[in-house]
Amino acid sequence: MSAAWDVVVVGAGPAGLAAATLAAGQGARTLLLDEQDAPGGQIYRAIERTRDDPALRRILGPDYTHGDGLVAGMRACAAQYAPGTSVWQITPEREVWATRAGRSEAMRAGTLILATGAMERPVPLPGWTLPGVMTVGGVQILLKSAGMVPEGLVLAGSGPLLYLVAWQLVRAGKPPAALLDTASDDNLRPALRHLPAALRPTALGYLAKGLALRRVLRRAGLALHADVTDIRIEGDTRAEAVSFRSAGQPRRLVAAMIALHEGIIPAQQMTRSIGCAHEWDAQQHAFRPVLDTWGNTSVAGILVAGDASGIVGARAAEHAGRIAAWEALCQLGRVDAAARDRGAAADRAGLAAHRAVRPLLDRLYAPRAEILRPADDVTICRCEEITAGQVRAVVARGCAGPNQAKNFLRAGMGPCQGRLCGTTVAELIAAELGTGVAEVGYFRIRPPLKPVALAELAAMDTEDAP
Amino acid sequence: MLQRLDPAAATLRLFFEGAPIAARPGDSVAAALLAAGADCFRTTPLRGARRAAFCMMGVCFDCLVEIDGIANRQACLTPVAEGMQVRRQHDAGDGA
Repeated sequence: MSAAWDVVVVGAGPAGLAAATLAAGQGARTLLLDEQDAPGGQIYRAIERTRDDPALRRILGPDYTHGDGLVAGMRACAAQYAPGTSVWQITPEREVWATRAGRSEAMRAGTLILATGAMERPVPLPGWTLPGVMTVGGVQILLKSAGMVPEGLVLAGSGPLLYLVAWQLVRAGKPPAALLDTASDDNLRPALRHLPAALRPTALGYLAKGLALRRVLRRAGLALHADVTDIRIEGDTRAEAVSFRSAGQPRRLVAAMIALHEGIIPAQQMTRSIGCAHEWDAQQHAFRPVLDTWGNTSVAGILVAGDASGIVGARAAEHAGRIAAWEALCQLGRVDAAARDRGAAADRAGLAAHRAVRPLLDRLYAPRAEILRPADDVTICRCEEITAGQVRAVVARGCAGPNQAKNFLRAGMGPCQGRLCGTTVAELIAAELGTGVAEVGYFRIRPPLKPVALAELAAMDTEDAP
Repeated sequence: MLQRLDPAAATLRLFFEGAPIAARPGDSVAAALLAAGADCFRTTPLRGARRAAFCMMGVCFDCLVEIDGIANRQACLTPVAEGMQVRRQHDAGDGA
């Protein structure tokens, strides 16, 4: 891998694929780094492998197939594609350090486009660490990448992905045993305010699809429980049952597999570690990097596109990736501002059209307070096994923010480096202090972002250093 | 329990805790272990609690296992290989 590139793109999902393809097509020396062993990101995961599997393609549905063109475009372009590569450090000077097959390398980027996508919002509730409990995204990844389907699955949560996976499992002939819908009826009225914006043609397509999908689920005969609260997963060494309230009434189901989902949030580990400014998005209940309309972060030459910028969805991400690529080309002096503006015009329209439905979805599926700020007995840091009650207790003793909580409790110091507890810790501290999450802030994130063996660092050819 | 839509595709063999399990070429180690019914990938350093793959996309680190003698490997990000030796990871993976 050569050490100097015009454009380095991190992440081969829709935003990264579109950005790399455009940048390379305009003659920029472009490198596309991705942690997965095949392109597509999570949304189009295993898209090349499933091409020979029409039965699986039928189960996954037409939106998945859209990824074919994106990946084919990247394969046909001049960008160098490096799969199986984990980026573990990026400096504000745009030095990129990555590990592939047990070997670390460093390279320098003229401009960097971070398209690291999203992760599922952590769903801390009693029993969520037990074997047998997964994320809904994880279940879908098993379907896409390994052709695996769960038997007798209980789905719990809310949001478009939850209903999509339920629909896909129905099509696979393995309908979930039950769907516990946690969406609150209280969301309906405030969501209505965003309905007019969602009645434009592209946005309306999302609504029509969502309604059609819910219709299939109603007819598929799975047990649908509405207005679900107080979910508790029971089991000693693995999940055995789930108890909950539906419209206030206590219920209990025997279940060996439970999948949780409460929407997705931007992956902020990389932008945080570089020192990019972030802001709290009160609509999406998540932090996101502060960006201008081209995707520029607060650090010169470092851009963000797609769901890592705030949740926009896969189709919008594609447009955002190209918009960021035009800006990168402009910063490199390969196109002037007028050519950049002309080039990005169609993608700006596409981005706006696909984003129009988002405020409605955000409000309709806003997570409940019990998920954002769980009860005292709930484990919130899976790595270091810290409960919400422990966080509240250190705040009562004077802890003023997430970094102090980390020192007191080790929350955020395990292998996941706070990815799964960071937002919850910030929410809990803010609520205890009676202030906003924005004021409380987030963990300071330091490299390495992924585990790197000392021997691997020692073996780095110093000639490789940028 | 997880089932394969096409069981015949699992033509490759690796080992989990010394016992042979079947996998489809291209599977992640985590997928192969789940397909084989494994429900403990590691135990936690603090309480010794059992954990299995949770997010399947490299975020949660609950699928950490030892692969061919190297600890702290993310099973969900590691493709299977013929003859691979996978073991549960106990404690922090440093033998402590």
